[in-house]
Amino acid sequence: MPELPDNVPYAIRTYSPERLRDAFLKMHLIRKFEEGAENSYTRGLIHGTMHLSIGQEASAVGACMSLTDEDKITSTHRGHGHCVAKGADVEKMFAEFFGKETGYCKGRGGSMHIADPSKGNLGANGIVGGGLPIAVGAALSAKRLGTGAVTVCFFGDGANNEGAFHEALNMAAVWKLPVVFVCENNKYGMSTSIERSTAVKRISDRAAAYAMPGVTVDGNDFSAVTEAVDQAVAHARAGEGPGLVETLTYRWRGHSKSDRNRYRTKEEIADWQSRDPIVAMARLLVDHHIVSEDEIAAVEAEATTIIENAIAAASAAPDPKVEEATRDVYTALILDEGTPA
Amino acid sequence: MNAQTETNSRELTYSEAIREAMDIALGNDERVILMGEDIGVYGGAFGVTGDLVEKYGTDRVMDTPISELGGAGVAVGAALTGLRPIFEFQFSDFATLGMEQIVNQAAKLRFMLGGAVSVPVVMRFPAGSGTGAAAQHSQSLEAWTAHVPGLKVVQPSTPEDAKGLLLAALEDPDPVMIYEHKLLYKMKGPVPAGHYTTPIGKAAIRREGRDVSIVATAIMVHKALEAAETLAREGIDAEVIDLRTIRPIDRDTVLASVRKTGRLICVYEGVKTLGVGAEVSAMVAESDAFDFLDAPIVRLGGAECPIPYNPQLEKAVVPQVPDILDAARGLTKGRI
Ligand SMILES: Cc1ncc(C[n+]2csc(CCOP(=O)(O)OP(=O)(O)O)c2C)c(N)n1
Ligand SMILES: [Mg+2]
Repeated sequence: MPELPDNVPYAIRTYSPERLRDAFLKMHLIRKFEEGAENSYTRGLIHGTMHLSIGQEASAVGACMSLTDEDKITSTHRGHGHCVAKGADVEKMFAEFFGKETGYCKGRGGSMHIADPSKGNLGANGIVGGGLPIAVGAALSAKRLGTGAVTVCFFGDGANNEGAFHEALNMAAVWKLPVVFVCENNKYGMSTSIERSTAVKRISDRAAAYAMPGVTVDGNDFSAVTEAVDQAVAHARAGEGPGLVETLTYRWRGHSKSDRNRYRTKEEIADWQSRDPIVAMARLLVDHHIVSEDEIAAVEAEATTIIENAIAAASAAPDPKVEEATRDVYTALILDEGTPA
Repeated sequence: MNAQTETNSRELTYSEAIREAMDIALGNDERVILMGEDIGVYGGAFGVTGDLVEKYGTDRVMDTPISELGGAGVAVGAALTGLRPIFEFQFSDFATLGMEQIVNQAAKLRFMLGGAVSVPVVMRFPAGSGTGAAAQHSQSLEAWTAHVPGLKVVQPSTPEDAKGLLLAALEDPDPVMIYEHKLLYKMKGPVPAGHYTTPIGKAAIRREGRDVSIVATAIMVHKALEAAETLAREGIDAEVIDLRTIRPIDRDTVLASVRKTGRLICVYEGVKTLGVGAEVSAMVAESDAFDFLDAPIVRLGGAECPIPYNPQLEKAVVPQVPDILDAARGLTKGRI
């Protein structure tokens, strides 16, 4: 690609129009996936919970731009977006969400455990902070085995107060491992604001305690996220050790399936909604002549169709067999007490 | 227990009963504080603390950061030095992160220091499956803490006991772990007004019967009672015992029942092997009650797997009423 001047945003300078269009499609797919999930829940099709990432699409997709299928991610309870960003098949995601045998976890895991190891996605996690040490372990493997892979570890602002966060960052730094910690700071861990839970103003300040670079970016700005994470990934890949990127973003919906929003104001929600990362991405792409206005609408329509088809196919898929409930506890069955008498 | 009459008892849900107990404790004793994730303005993940923060303020109803190890440890340290903390784990599963402070510290400090201190901490664990929340949000790990000398472990099955056991736990000088089954939170039942305690270490006979003893914990008590009604219509008279406390366990009540009925079914949601049922069975096998058994003991517990997400599978891996019916019919077949 011809060199473009520095005042052109990083993503435009760095990625082909095809990659950028694909990133834009993925952002729409995440939004539509979440809306489809919410709708299924409202219609009573789901017995369980879910955590929607509407409003955080730029952070998920931007952070995965320079990753290959060999590179790993660890994700969180709010993981649908990371999963799509890492290349998952939305039909298999919906099948999992509906508890079907054809889902990513054969209906055993549900929303909070969707994983796609074939694409390097080591999985969502029901435990806040649970993925942090696992990401460090994946980076240790990559280093020992010489695979050249980098691990991107997604976690929320709330997770940074778990001991696992501090232990993981320290080990990653001491052993100079190829891992990039991406903290999606959406201001709240459930109802508890970062001001009420966290001693530092910026979570990226915590990087200093573990002698790694830390940076905070606008998490709703796709190009800014991509630039910061790509740089940290390149650094890690070059054997220079871990980095921490904090993306400032916002979840538009409640914490989980429902939430009375008593810990934040309508104005705050509206303010963040006016900074929709998908609208910003569309503007970026049109302004730089990557896609036309007409194509913008076409990408959204394409995402809508993909999601509708995925929901239809996943709904029609078979349930797991009850007799197989204890399958996969071990690799080889060593103890079979079976289901209750 | 102070005298309570039927007249001052009202219908409350299990979670309202717990909230009322905490409200009474906060009102009566300045040393009592509540700690946990999202227990303030959010009211708790299951709404148990509700609006207590509005009444007592954020200094006494404290939202902790998402720091289970640290939070549990702060509660232990505060209990050691004069406060009476009630610490809520948002889900009992997350207590795995706090186990160090529970098992190595709270349980052992008194012993290790030769009796010089005590740790009057109360911890609450919303437990169990049935909510579609899958493997990391549905466990029944009460046998973990019940395996540790120094801890007391209770599993209230009714609103009345949920309140009475919490108030008893607060008066207890030692650490008390309270496992609350999530599916019971909305269940209603009579709850005496005011302050009263339910004794820790004492089982309750929920239904008397001659033919088979069903020893149950938590939500399984209700499944056992439902099964007992059906069994009664078939001429099988089941006795249903609600253990209520699993450490220290009420041997006398269980053994007396087995001596009477000669048949024992133990039903609990935790994984079947190495759980509450193993202890209850061993208690019988090690005592003279063994001589009264007319049939082998039956344990009904969770299947040997994590809790699956799919709702049919989720149901299938924990004991249900038909499982209890089958077990009771099997034990009594042709003999009564
Ligand atoms: C160890 C643990 N503690 C508590 C929870 C309950 N919980 C689930 S998500 C959440 C908030 C997490 O906040 P954050 O890390 O900021 O992620 P966000 O939900 O904002 O995406 C909490 C408290 C949990 N799942 N695991
Ligand atoms: Mg957050």
